[in-house]
Amino acid sequence: MSDQPLKSVLATDCGSTTTKAILIERVGDSYRLVVRGEAPTTVEAPFEDVTRGVLNAIREVEEVADRKILDGERIITPQEGNVGVDLYLSTSSAGGGLQMMVTGVVKSMTGESAERAALGAGAIVMDVIASNDGRLPYQKIQRIRALRPDMILLSGGVDGGTTRHVVELAEMLAAADPKARLGTTFQLPVIYAGNKDARDDVTKILGDKTALTVTDNIRPSMELENLMPARHVIHDLFMEHVMAQAPGYKKLMSWTPVPIMPTPAAVGMIIETIAKEQGIDVLGVDIGGATTDVFSVFGAVFNRTVSANLGMSYSISNVLAEAGVDNVLRWVPLDIDETDLRNRIKNKMIRPTTIPQTLEELMVEQAMCREALRLAMVQHAGLAVGLKGVQQTRTISDTFEQTSSGETLVDLRNLALIVGSGGVLSHAPRRQQAMLMMTDAFLPEGITEMAVDSIFMMPQLGVLSTVHAQAAGEVFEKDCLIRLGTVVAPWGEGKLGQPCFKARIGDMTREMKVGEIELVPLALGDSVKAVFEPDKNWDLGAGKGRSVERMVNGGVVGVLLDARGRRPFVLPDDRAKRVMALKRWNAAINMYPEDALVTS
Amino acid sequence: MAHAYTPGLRVSGFTTMRKTRRLPMKGDVLVQVGAPVKAEDVIARTALPGNVKTVNVANLLGLPPADVPGAMLKPAGSLVNEGEPIAQSKSLFGLMKSTARANTTGTLEHISEVTGQVTLREAAMPVEMMAYVDGNVVEVLPGEGVIVETHGALIQGIFGVGGEGVGLLSLAVSRPEDVSGPDGLGDVKGKVVVVGALADVATIRKAREKGAVAVVAGGISDHDLRQLLGVDLGVAITGSEDLGISVIVTEGFGKLPIAKRTFDLLGKLSGQKVSVNGATQIRAGVLRPEIVVPRPSSGEHEKPDAFGGGLTEGMIVRVIREPYFGQLAEVVELPAQLMPLETEAKVRVLRAKLENGDVVVVPRANVEMIEE
Repeated sequence: MSDQPLKSVLATDCGSTTTKAILIERVGDSYRLVVRGEAPTTVEAPFEDVTRGVLNAIREVEEVADRKILDGERIITPQEGNVGVDLYLSTSSAGGGLQMMVTGVVKSMTGESAERAALGAGAIVMDVIASNDGRLPYQKIQRIRALRPDMILLSGGVDGGTTRHVVELAEMLAAADPKARLGTTFQLPVIYAGNKDARDDVTKILGDKTALTVTDNIRPSMELENLMPARHVIHDLFMEHVMAQAPGYKKLMSWTPVPIMPTPAAVGMIIETIAKEQGIDVLGVDIGGATTDVFSVFGAVFNRTVSANLGMSYSISNVLAEAGVDNVLRWVPLDIDETDLRNRIKNKMIRPTTIPQTLEELMVEQAMCREALRLAMVQHAGLAVGLKGVQQTRTISDTFEQTSSGETLVDLRNLALIVGSGGVLSHAPRRQQAMLMMTDAFLPEGITEMAVDSIFMMPQLGVLSTVHAQAAGEVFEKDCLIRLGTVVAPWGEGKLGQPCFKARIGDMTREMKVGEIELVPLALGDSVKAVFEPDKNWDLGAGKGRSVERMVNGGVVGVLLDARGRRPFVLPDDRAKRVMALKRWNAAINMYPEDALVTS
Repeated sequence: MAHAYTPGLRVSGFTTMRKTRRLPMKGDVLVQVGAPVKAEDVIARTALPGNVKTVNVANLLGLPPADVPGAMLKPAGSLVNEGEPIAQSKSLFGLMKSTARANTTGTLEHISEVTGQVTLREAAMPVEMMAYVDGNVVEVLPGEGVIVETHGALIQGIFGVGGEGVGLLSLAVSRPEDVSGPDGLGDVKGKVVVVGALADVATIRKAREKGAVAVVAGGISDHDLRQLLGVDLGVAITGSEDLGISVIVTEGFGKLPIAKRTFDLLGKLSGQKVSVNGATQIRAGVLRPEIVVPRPSSGEHEKPDAFGGGLTEGMIVRVIREPYFGQLAEVVELPAQLMPLETEAKVRVLRAKLENGDVVVVPRANVEMIEE
């Protein structure tokens, strides 16, 4: 399909609260976003038909673009003159997305592989049941019964190994007789992707009780992980079973020639595409109201994790519970009472659609965002790991927790690009707020570019990339990404106020002292030669005290020189000193309106 | 455009409500369409399959799994009692016997020749579904439950914990800004008690001790909620807590007077039989806690849903975020253009007159409508 000269593409993403539509057209030789529209998602009562919301979003596109796309309730394809579109496609996370339970024999081996397969396919993993997870058989059976997943991925054992443990897991599933989340009449889809020698036994045990699909083992040997066949089956079953049960989806599926993809799977696809095409390591993060998704490609290995209870509204209270009050308050440049903070956060949780009206409230939300991102990244680094027994050749970042099953693939020093998405980042009143929130949360090391997704169209572009990579790539670069600029952050040790590094960016020079940050303007689209000379105890990738010369890219914010240190990055323990440091940093990059920084 | 859609909580003196009462799995519906029901009546019943336990017979008898079926003393489907022998192996010409015994009472469900495990299922657990509100059955969902229709007052809270209950409504305070405290509760056995602007943990515990069904207040402190639940609540999905009492707050977290209209209605309904549910779910499919008071119309006419038309000038709204959190205001203008806030974000706003006469700008996202 990618060879056909598409004139226009209409793409929708049915989120849990909003359905977003974008219209892409061929303008001259390239593809551009023309307009977007949105409408409330209509999966739930009183509408219970997802296509109502889709049609409403498309009607908004029709109005703004002043062109006809719909004929009644039908999308006109192909485009004739100025009427209709050549292609319609959609993604969906409505109704809570894809919820899965996975199993493995050894939790840190096949269990983790199964988790990665499900997450990579865009699922939320409700639980990992493993033979050695410490729970007694009856406890596991009770847990399986209590969960009502959309589907189960049953894995365990390497090919040719013992079949006993994985058959035991199958027996446990059969005994639990789990029910599907949606619909009471159809059988629960179960995917078997374990030891191939156990296929007959598993089929005998589960064949009649569940809708069983057998596919290749996700862990054919200790050294090999083969997730793609299971991921494909998950996508197929998502369409056939889960989507087909959701109200209106049968109709929606008939409108598009391209399978409807789970939203996170589509975002993962576009992140993978950027990393592959540019040959770089990329980190993508989407912070929503309820969940935070992290996508990464390090050393050409793609990983995705979803932190189901880290978010900025529905789950904001859980961010506080997991991070702890002190970790949140360390980012707030104000003196705030803990009880007051706790009540404010809970009030946001129960009224999730409200927005900060005062600067103080904005600062608290941005502090919460940093902690949500940090925690999501810790979880990501714990799952984005190499296989046990396989030698890792890459430099390993020890910023994040290591797991016993292999070292994390997350390597901040090689990370070239961080892309942030979600309201708190994309709609931050000043772009430097988004840049500093991501810098504080991820603590990138070396030289890293940053961008935000302007209107969250990565899902639509992800599914488009499967059928028309050129259109997806062009719109992504020109209309989707807002390049914020570049962060330069050396690691090393030094006392506050001592020299850290010198920077020559084009014809501008700066001497950075330990504990400082500064913003150097470099416009969007500008790319200049820069030389960075770290002091003898500091490193920017070439070794301690060795200078680095390279091109750096500008953006709507510019180049952020960060001499606050890494490993460790330390904030003053004393409350008053910390508040002063935060105010100084905020002032240095013009983070908030000037009077607020003085008076608050 | 002078309209905006901002849903609020329902506080209505008289309305028609339909409650879907559905079993967790298929079972028997005990009532028919048109039947009058009381809140306490059982309207449907089912039996949840019993818990499952496994016995590793192969290990216990030292047999290869494939030999386990041959060692069983009872076939699959048999009823067994805890401690009863279920499998036996013989060795040394039949002189030495090893026995595997049932670890629970139930049905022998499955014998595996691959793992050597035997599965026992305990007796089914009966589940009964009550009507929850006084009313009439208007629809039977075959094998699943019923829909009960009732008429009367409905007060939705913003947040709650604990499940369903039925009791008589009682007020322990005379003004919405007052706080009863544990000593001001009075006799609350079997009652749903309104304790004022704050439900602190001491009051809730005292009310539970005295046999109250539920506590209703304007606010609760996060600190007290943590003490009550024993955990820091991360996500607002509640209702299944086993607290022995339900708690419903009408305004939010902190000490917050109950909105006057809500308090006046509660006062009017004092002494009547009410159904309450603390269950709250603020993700897909929003569910708010509620107080339902079935009663005849007494001449009041049902008002159309005030939320259908959206925000209009002259409407009374409640501000639900700082800096005017909790204040009532009259909408005086709904500017069409986006306006900058102190945060510099440009959003849709409204101008509203607070009760002290000040006219302030508030994001439309930060108000909720008060049903007239």
